[in-house]
Amino acid sequence: MTSLRLVCEVVTQTARLMVGVPDYQTYVLHRQTRHPDKPVMTYEEFFRERQTARYAIGKGRFRGCC
Amino acid sequence: MSLRDKLTWAGVVLLGTISFGIVALTRDEPVNAAWLVVAAVCIYFIAYRFYALYITSRAFRVDQTRQTPAWRHNDGLDYVPTNRVVLFGHHFAAIAGAGPLVGPVLAAQMGYLPGTLWILAGVVFAGAVQDMTVLFFSTRRDGRSLGDMIRSEMGPVAGGIAGVGILLICIIVLSVLALVVVNALVGSPWGTFTVFCTIPIALLMGVYSRFIRPGRLAEMSAIGAIMLLAALIGGRSVSETPELAVYFNLPSSTLALLIITYGFVASVLPVWLLLAPRDYLSTFLKIGTILLLAIGIMVVRPDLQMAATTRFVDGSGPVWAGSLFPFLFITIACGAVSGWHALISSGTTPKMIENETQVRLLGYGAMLMESFVAIMAMIAASVIHPGVYFAMNSAAGLVGTDAGHVAQVVSGWGFTVTPDMLTQLAHDVGEKTILSRTGGAPTLAVGMASILSGMIGGKLLMGIWYHFAILFEALFILTTVDAGTRVCRFMIQDLVGNVIPAFKATESWVNNIAGSALACVLWGYFLYQGVIDPFGGIWTLWPLFGTANQMLAAIALTLCTVVLFKMKRERYAWVTIVPTVWLVACTVTAGLEKVFSANPAIGFLSHAAKFSSAVAAGTVLAPAKTVQQMSQIVFNDYVDAGLAAVFAAIVVIMVVYGVAACIRAMGNPRSTALEIDASGAMMGMGDD
Repeated sequence: MTSLRLVCEVVTQTARLMVGVPDYQTYVLHRQTRHPDKPVMTYEEFFRERQTARYAIGKGRFRGCC
Repeated sequence: MSLRDKLTWAGVVLLGTISFGIVALTRDEPVNAAWLVVAAVCIYFIAYRFYALYITSRAFRVDQTRQTPAWRHNDGLDYVPTNRVVLFGHHFAAIAGAGPLVGPVLAAQMGYLPGTLWILAGVVFAGAVQDMTVLFFSTRRDGRSLGDMIRSEMGPVAGGIAGVGILLICIIVLSVLALVVVNALVGSPWGTFTVFCTIPIALLMGVYSRFIRPGRLAEMSAIGAIMLLAALIGGRSVSETPELAVYFNLPSSTLALLIITYGFVASVLPVWLLLAPRDYLSTFLKIGTILLLAIGIMVVRPDLQMAATTRFVDGSGPVWAGSLFPFLFITIACGAVSGWHALISSGTTPKMIENETQVRLLGYGAMLMESFVAIMAMIAASVIHPGVYFAMNSAAGLVGTDAGHVAQVVSGWGFTVTPDMLTQLAHDVGEKTILSRTGGAPTLAVGMASILSGMIGGKLLMGIWYHFAILFEALFILTTVDAGTRVCRFMIQDLVGNVIPAFKATESWVNNIAGSALACVLWGYFLYQGVIDPFGGIWTLWPLFGTANQMLAAIALTLCTVVLFKMKRERYAWVTIVPTVWLVACTVTAGLEKVFSANPAIGFLSHAAKFSSAVAAGTVLAPAKTVQQMSQIVFNDYVDAGLAAVFAAIVVIMVVYGVAACIRAMGNPRSTALEIDASGAMMGMGDD
């Protein structure tokens, strides 16, 4: 059961990262442990930030051609 | 290595050898595709286990204790240490595209064997090595881009020239891929309707994920997928209703203008509205379809109908012009080696890699997977009847437009086919005609449809599977077109901004519109030129695209060689020197032949000369219909010749810079590579 859940988790994370959205829990954990004094984006804010960043001009984000 | 490991690997080698022998040596009877798959997979495993490991441990000396940028700059967003399996999926999704699907289909005109050999040898010794090396170097440089690395390791002039090369390849890629879509959709109401539907579907998904349920990716993608399926099924009804079909039965020039307009609009609009949701849809569809095709091939195990080699290895083929060397190695770019991947490998992946040792899985492994996609495309092109293959891939200017005439011409080449077979197949897939559908996508769709309908649905679902395959290709090509237009616009802004600084401000609406328009005009010009080309466009433009892509690979591999020399690893630099030499030989020969060949079918200048002398004599040469068209052809020839010459020149200049940098590095007893060391400081400064 746990291994099935792990597989599901990895597949979900992979699918999300494929479209440029990294793991939100990892982000929250990172902010809480490394920058406890700074604000943490909500999931919606996080999603928008990542969506903008994926297509940001000038970051050299080339994708899928060949 | 334990005895058990040794025995296992001996088994893999034996199995690979037997399968490969069957594929390469069987004559006069069809080979089963399963042998090709087994041979390829064995070669991939052996290359991954031995060659890739040799490179990472000896040439790179990867250091598993060294901090990667993901840890050093961890911000939970761009820089995140990521599980290698998850990151593998991300990297593969980023490199996979239309290239490995189309190139092998076109290369099948020489038979399946030459292309397959190049796909396998190319990926093991060139493509995967390039991807992995660039990924490794970028990881040691905080995830810097290819252009940045060329500038810092080889100097600003080399960096500038590479930048021009990257812009040119971007323009050619966009135009050729858009041309593939145009050729797949022309005169096909079903396909056109389905692909058009993706725009409102994407808009709806965009609004959903922005306002209704912000950030709910899974829900939004599920809704999009269901609507896409509905559009696919509805497309059949549209094509069977003449009153509706007429709106979606468009000539190629109209389709081209629509795609150019679409590219412009999509790159100007806010990304969340159109670009992003389409991207999500196409990414998931792409990965899903690749998996489905792999399962289909395993289950159905079709026989390869195409011969191992055809008479067209001599260079007289109707699909694209030119002899085996160098043009086969240009035609299959992606899938064997793709310069484009050097841009992706120095993009987001190096910022998320957990440990240096994983460059082998991510760089080398993901490229092997991409190569496997190319093998599947080769299989899909080879399972259809060779006569049908040539009827689909030869331009109307060569074989005519009537099924009877086409069958006669193709049979005359030695690929016996009857007019009935051609019309019956068109009927089966729900199209009016399948003749002269150049560009590879429809051929691949027919191949995929025959494999997948062999698994599910039989003849009944053949039409659905065909249009599903067309949709899948068109969707992610168009996503490349809109995202690529944005990248192109940025590069133009950067380049022009050096002269007019105000143009660099990417936030400005005026700059946004002017830059996007300029980008669209540039690739749109080549697209339109391809569309009105009586040879079907692919015949002229695909070699140019292949040359550009391999040129970029040659540049990236030159950089890799220079960095190995600067790291004082010149003893092992042959791992990048060998593929560099090969690619330089291919691109320069191809570039020069495209410019100077006396054969008007290959050389742009001799083609121009032939047409201008006809203009002077006042005669009109087929396929042109007016003198004005003749002058247009001559002008296009000069543009194409100029481009081919520029590609060859860029490669030569980069090699000269590369050799100079290697010699300088040899003269210095210490490492001069500009790496970031464990403390985050730049190393190797001040010596070079």
